[in-house]
Amino acid sequence: MAEKPSPVPQTNRHVYQPLSRRSFLRGAAASAAAMAALAAALKPLLALEKGELTLDALLQKHYRRMSPEEIATVLQRLEQECQRAHGVAAQIRDLRPLPRVQFACALNLTRCVGCRRCAHACLSENNQSRESETDLNMSYIRVLELDKGEMNLETSNQYYNPETVPQKDKYYMPVQCHQCRQPPCTKVCPVQATWQEPDGIIAIDYNWCIGCRYCMAACPYDARRFNFNKPRIHPAAINRNQDYLSNRIRPKGVVEKCTFCLQRTREGRYPACLEVCPTGARVFGNLLDPDSEINYILKNKRVYILKEEVSTRPKFYYFFDP
Amino acid sequence: MKDYLLFVCRIARMSFQGTWRFYAWMTLLSAISLVGLNAYARQFVDGLATTGLTNQVSWGAYIANFTFLVGVAAAAVMLVIPAYIYKKQFMHEVVVFGELMAIAVIVMCLLFVTVDLGHPERFHHMMPPFGIFNWPLSILSWDVIVLTGYLFLNLHISGYLLYSKYRGRHPTKAFYIPFVFISIVWAVSIHTVTAFLYVGLAGRGYWHNPIVAPRFLASAFAAGPGLLILTFQVIRRVTRFWIGDRPIFTLRMIMTVAMIINVFLLGCEVFTEFYSPTAHTAAARYLYFGLHGFHGLVAWIWIATVLELTGLLLLVTRLSGNFLGLNSACLLCFVGIWIEKGMGLIIPGFVPSPLGQIVEYAPSLNETMVCLGIWGFGALLYSWMLHIAIPIMQGALREQRPSAAMSP
Repeated sequence: MAEKPSPVPQTNRHVYQPLSRRSFLRGAAASAAAMAALAAALKPLLALEKGELTLDALLQKHYRRMSPEEIATVLQRLEQECQRAHGVAAQIRDLRPLPRVQFACALNLTRCVGCRRCAHACLSENNQSRESETDLNMSYIRVLELDKGEMNLETSNQYYNPETVPQKDKYYMPVQCHQCRQPPCTKVCPVQATWQEPDGIIAIDYNWCIGCRYCMAACPYDARRFNFNKPRIHPAAINRNQDYLSNRIRPKGVVEKCTFCLQRTREGRYPACLEVCPTGARVFGNLLDPDSEINYILKNKRVYILKEEVSTRPKFYYFFDP
Repeated sequence: MKDYLLFVCRIARMSFQGTWRFYAWMTLLSAISLVGLNAYARQFVDGLATTGLTNQVSWGAYIANFTFLVGVAAAAVMLVIPAYIYKKQFMHEVVVFGELMAIAVIVMCLLFVTVDLGHPERFHHMMPPFGIFNWPLSILSWDVIVLTGYLFLNLHISGYLLYSKYRGRHPTKAFYIPFVFISIVWAVSIHTVTAFLYVGLAGRGYWHNPIVAPRFLASAFAAGPGLLILTFQVIRRVTRFWIGDRPIFTLRMIMTVAMIINVFLLGCEVFTEFYSPTAHTAAARYLYFGLHGFHGLVAWIWIATVLELTGLLLLVTRLSGNFLGLNSACLLCFVGIWIEKGMGLIIPGFVPSPLGQIVEYAPSLNETMVCLGIWGFGALLYSWMLHIAIPIMQGALREQRPSAAMSP
């Protein structure tokens, strides 16, 4: 194809000319229209609630970089926010990991009957956002119903709803955060908003998380939940005994997950899911204590790790009774 | 310094001067951008619940568009290589259009990532010393580095060359040639690192696959030149800057080779997934044929496949020897790859979920408007840069006032 000759270059005489009154007025009118359009576009921002964006919150440091005094101030502010937003006087603490403790959990698949009480107890303990009392979407525990004779997760059903459980030809497998020793979620976080605590629990600083959800993509156990909405929780259902790293009410736009109920376990109590389990299918304890029940299970039962091939080395085990 | 301020003032005045077509086009793009901004303001207040995302499919249209556009930005290198390595003079004349496009597209990428965040106002958490930047562990931190680096490289190179032209001076080679060569490697790195975002996740079988990065590059070097070919024709039609046929047909050749490699790699992937289907191929089965009665992506991927194969057919035959055929091929490949990167790469990574759950995803209206707004803003930015750059390149906008003889 033939090349066309280059056209005469455009000259921009206007660029070098002084501004005329007419073009100034035209420009001013256009700018005013543009500003009005911009303001109209930004109008939804007026619905932001007072106190939703504060300088204190913006300048708050990472949890692990705050001094005890700074944390005390933050806890006080968060308690006030809880009071203002939900009308509930919460006590938010900052329990530290106990020395010489590595928490682990084991679940007896022979005993689990799939009643999902653990998933509900998780909600009442951990203050997840929920539309109704039966809404398990944000619960940290997902109970899978599987056909006997198979362990293919792809055929599992989380929304089973029979009259009674357990169904004869089914078995049940609750899944939650596996508190991995090699957690892919903490590795990918661009701002280290999630990390492994000295007692092995993977924690999140909800005031540091930027909400990119990379950790959710990285998790092989579907353990993480994102707050797509502002927290929705009935004031009467709020657990007032809260901790900074675990069950305080989460703001919208951050990720959350199971923390082995650290607001309880760091005080020497059992996690809520274990306490409520009617068949005693759950075992929880300290791996560093040779006499603990969890160590007995690991030594004497046939223990199975979910998705061992991903090499996350969980501290959550499944086992079977003979 | 004073000269530079005058330059900025002149650019500012230039920005608001043009034909009625220019005004109409820019007003349209501004309106689209504002619609997107309005939708985003709603999302900022109400949270990401305004999108179609769920706990199971936690990334969607935003990240898909981001991934695709990183490739388009990287493709500017397909003008730089012929111009600077093979020293083709006719490519030198247009290389700046590619760099300007890279700037606009990287800005779009950064916007797409920002709108995906639950807490964009906490962006400073990533910036030391106040923030914590999880480098080198998090691939996302690598991506931030390579993307902003690429943005600055292109801003510097095109900005320096244009300003030299405006001043009527010969650009000093030491000030830009080293950066040009860095930008070639850097362009490859941006799409490779973006691929590693997904490849690095061992828990997602569909992504944990070494072919993803080469395929990203091959598809990017087809889609990007496709867009450039179309843009060049628009430029020579609506502005007074004449771009010859030679750059366009050089790009056609590049695009053809890239598309052949892309489809070959796709074939390799399809073979691996389907010849011996395992539990890890559930995502591919869901994508192409549907799984357990869910078929949300099947229509998308087959449309994309047909578009890409038709585009390839046009490219490798003489059918794309004329502009009608070539433009159709560009459009088919661009749209095909766009669908394939979004609906075909990001979403199936989440379906089925790691626990085998199938939750389907479709973008919500608000989410779509945010995407549209960012595309509109990118086009606005690119149009504006061309509107300034073309008079400079032609010598119409320069430091010295035109003499009486020059004025019409």
